[in-house]
Amino acid sequence: MTDRYSPLHQKHVDAGAGFTDFAGWQMPVRYSSDLAEHHAVRTAAGLFDLSHMAEILILGPEAADALDYALAGKISAVSIGQAKYSLLLGREGGIVDDLVVYRRGADRFLVVANASNRAVVAEQLLERCSPFDCQVFDESDDLALIAIQGPRSYEILSQVPGVDVPGLEELKYYWSTAGTFKPEPPAQHELLVARTGYTGEDGFELYVAPDVAPVLWDAIMETGAGSGLVPAGLASRDTLRLEAGMPLYGHELGLDTWPSQAGLARVVNLKKEGDFVGREAVERGAPAGSRVLVGLVAQGKRAGRADYAVYDGAVPGLADEPIGIITSGALSPTLGYPIAMAYVDAASATGGAELFIDVRGTRVPASVVALPFYKRETKS
Amino acid sequence: MTEPTDLKYTKDHEWVLVHADIATVGITAYAADKLGDVVFVDLPAVGSTVAEGKVVGEIESTKSVGELFAPVQGTVAEINSAVVDAPELVNTDPFGEGWLIKVSFTELPELLSYDEYTALVGE
Repeated sequence: MTDRYSPLHQKHVDAGAGFTDFAGWQMPVRYSSDLAEHHAVRTAAGLFDLSHMAEILILGPEAADALDYALAGKISAVSIGQAKYSLLLGREGGIVDDLVVYRRGADRFLVVANASNRAVVAEQLLERCSPFDCQVFDESDDLALIAIQGPRSYEILSQVPGVDVPGLEELKYYWSTAGTFKPEPPAQHELLVARTGYTGEDGFELYVAPDVAPVLWDAIMETGAGSGLVPAGLASRDTLRLEAGMPLYGHELGLDTWPSQAGLARVVNLKKEGDFVGREAVERGAPAGSRVLVGLVAQGKRAGRADYAVYDGAVPGLADEPIGIITSGALSPTLGYPIAMAYVDAASATGGAELFIDVRGTRVPASVVALPFYKRETKS
Repeated sequence: MTEPTDLKYTKDHEWVLVHADIATVGITAYAADKLGDVVFVDLPAVGSTVAEGKVVGEIESTKSVGELFAPVQGTVAEINSAVVDAPELVNTDPFGEGWLIKVSFTELPELLSYDEYTALVGE
């Protein structure tokens, strides 16, 4: 497969980024230190290039009904301007992708999906929406995505010269609004600004035309330089979302995962009228003996990582079968101790249960905790 | 002050500084950069014997785990306790304060020169 490059690629090269392949895209993994980028997002702000994400537009008088059928949530109940986290389920009840739906009008929805699932989500939405009076457009190549995340995000974004987003301060979590970016008059570019993110912090995601993205990136970086804003790569994004207990497709979520196993039963609206893809399977329930997603915390510095086995005994013994497997894990930069998400047998999935992670041959004790590991302090 | 040009290297991205019968071992800046921020190092016990090419420790970053190979056969004479307490030294000064172990050896295997190593990593 040919490598794909973000419209911001040259910015990352100029900033000295290291790159990683992500779903065929060459994306910045870190600029200098992933730990420093992580801490910047927790204490000030970080700027992420997420242009690899997939954006699919659904337009038409029956777009809401079509998405009620195509997705697990009741999309028709979403207000104009509101966003909703949802799932695209398979007929067998597994998760094809997790995504965010932005309602931009009575007949207009933007579905943002994982880069790795762009083709399957676009194809499935096209197929599932075809009986309805609506159209499906894959806009992924026509939209860049820049996210500013961290407690100083509003302060910085509100001061970027040329960025005009009416109601930015009052914009609520999981709502979006239209704005403009006028870097040099008379040029004027449309922005879609959403108060969403994947870090556990306050922040905004900005959708913009690819040719405008580099100018916007520079304008935000220049404005935020004095406020502690740094460019942040995918390595920090992964540790941030892990601390915030947010699942990642391919790790916590997949076609063999039922929503209830992943703690996402609330995302599936079984009360909504009419059929939706996956309904029958979800109503039947996950197969007996299905493992469930838990948080694990350990002491010391040695982190359990994806695919490490979890046991309920400290010492390897006869007939010693793993009772679970880690899907994501790291030494938490914010908390200072190892954290992990793991699928474990239901019998071991109770808070406080003492389990053991096989860290390359050593059994490291770990306790089951509720997710998330980290929750930001919110002003009351 | 030792310059990277004065060091010997291995294909496993380690550097070796030979002084009399002691080989000081660390990982290269290239390896440290690929690993990302190092958060934990696990080093062999002083006095333990190590075999050339065998894994003797681990270097963990936030994202991944790197193995420390013994570039020479011998006995561990010293480990860098400063780097155990402050693993970030591997990133900030890989060729200096970020050294990992000193091995007392009897025979030195063939190692890569600076030019050979830079050719290997393409830099």
